[in-house]
Amino acid sequence: MKVLIPGLLRSYTAGADTVVLPAHPTLDAALRDLNARYPGLRFRVVDEQDAIRPHIKMFVDGELARRLDTPLAGSAELMIVGALSGG
Amino acid sequence: MAARKTPPVAAPKRTSLLIATRKGLWALGSDAARRSWKLTGPQFLGHIVHHAVADPRDDRTMLAAARTGHLGPTIFRSRDRGRTWKEASQPPAFEAGSGRTVDHSFWLAAGHASEPGVWYAGTSPQGLFRSTDGGASWTGVKGFNEHPQRKTWCGGDQDGTPDGPKLHSVLVDPRDPKHLYIGMSSGGVFESSDGGADWAPLNKGVKALFQPDPDPPFGHDPHCVRLHPRAPDRLYQQNHCGIYRIDRPADRWTDIGAAMPKSVGPIGFPMVLHPRDPDTLWVFPMDDSDVWPRISPGGKPAVYRSVNGGKTWQRQATGLPKAQAWWTVKRQAMTADQAPTVGVYFGTTSGEIWGSRDEGRSWKCLVRNLPHIYAVEAA
Repeated sequence: MKVLIPGLLRSYTAGADTVVLPAHPTLDAALRDLNARYPGLRFRVVDEQDAIRPHIKMFVDGELARRLDTPLAGSAELMIVGALSGG
Repeated sequence: MAARKTPPVAAPKRTSLLIATRKGLWALGSDAARRSWKLTGPQFLGHIVHHAVADPRDDRTMLAAARTGHLGPTIFRSRDRGRTWKEASQPPAFEAGSGRTVDHSFWLAAGHASEPGVWYAGTSPQGLFRSTDGGASWTGVKGFNEHPQRKTWCGGDQDGTPDGPKLHSVLVDPRDPKHLYIGMSSGGVFESSDGGADWAPLNKGVKALFQPDPDPPFGHDPHCVRLHPRAPDRLYQQNHCGIYRIDRPADRWTDIGAAMPKSVGPIGFPMVLHPRDPDTLWVFPMDDSDVWPRISPGGKPAVYRSVNGGKTWQRQATGLPKAQAWWTVKRQAMTADQAPTVGVYFGTTSGEIWGSRDEGRSWKCLVRNLPHIYAVEAA
């Protein structure tokens, strides 16, 4: 599947805005694969209790995924977004 | 406790300041006379940098605690005095299943001189973490994080200060690496004699005016606690409710804020000690009236110095604005260098760095227009 990397995480991916991963059964598995390729990335977007951080959004084929056990079977695209506000 | 020997303090060197801000990290370096200053940076632009500290044991390692508004908390480390940085492979994080999450690492402290590579981190909410590999990986100090009384001491993670409850002022006795102190906002001052395996409160004599019990054993709000490197039995604290000194093994703090002018009061965030004279210290008072504006009283910023352990205080405002300057100086944003005539420095929430190269007698603005400054450390 294709993972769209936001600008705020591209220091981990050497500037790549898109990463292609093999098929994974869940969002959690995909993020762990991403972290194996780009160490440290997962903890910036998922906390130690396996919750997606408050101002991070993940969309699976356009649908907001709030949990790491969200199934990815048959999905084509994961989009990670940082929702920053304030000055 | 075993007999303790105080190691020598490092020789004076050219002053450099690490400036941690809400939008990144800067460095400010001086010439030998501390007359000319050069600002470099930013690094980590856009990151909230809560604290950046140089390792006094090797003169090349630096650590920075950072996060952003959306990305989780991490620690960066440099082995070349800040030229290049690498992220920790395992930043401070509570145990999976504990239900607790580190919002940010707030305070960094190098470990004992005999333990190169050991660092401590205090977090928000209150947690204590230790690294033994120069800040690359961090594990929780279970003796604190899992102490059965921790929640009683600190309250819940939703309690505490508006920016989040914090563990700060991690102090290592230079005579004994297992003798530690910590400060917590809120929670109070705690001491461990066994490397953090167990902890006991050390708050007698300290006011907690926001509690029904006027002299509770814990639950206080120390803003900044300092241990004197040459006289490690002497500690000072700038507290939410005053200024205090203790000389161990006494277990009761002495109120030294009562000697401050009534029109200014004893409330503030930071506190700095003279590196060689245990009786000399500086504070930066703030307004605690009404709804606690937490800015310079009357819009007239001033440092106050004591040279007798807090018996008396002198106002030091020469060179500082005389009116309409509504600063706050946060608890990590004031520091001193090691020069024969000590330099004292502070950073403001309005992005200015002020310095004195004559122990506070006169002040000069060294830098303007930085973001909100969280921490200033001599490096």
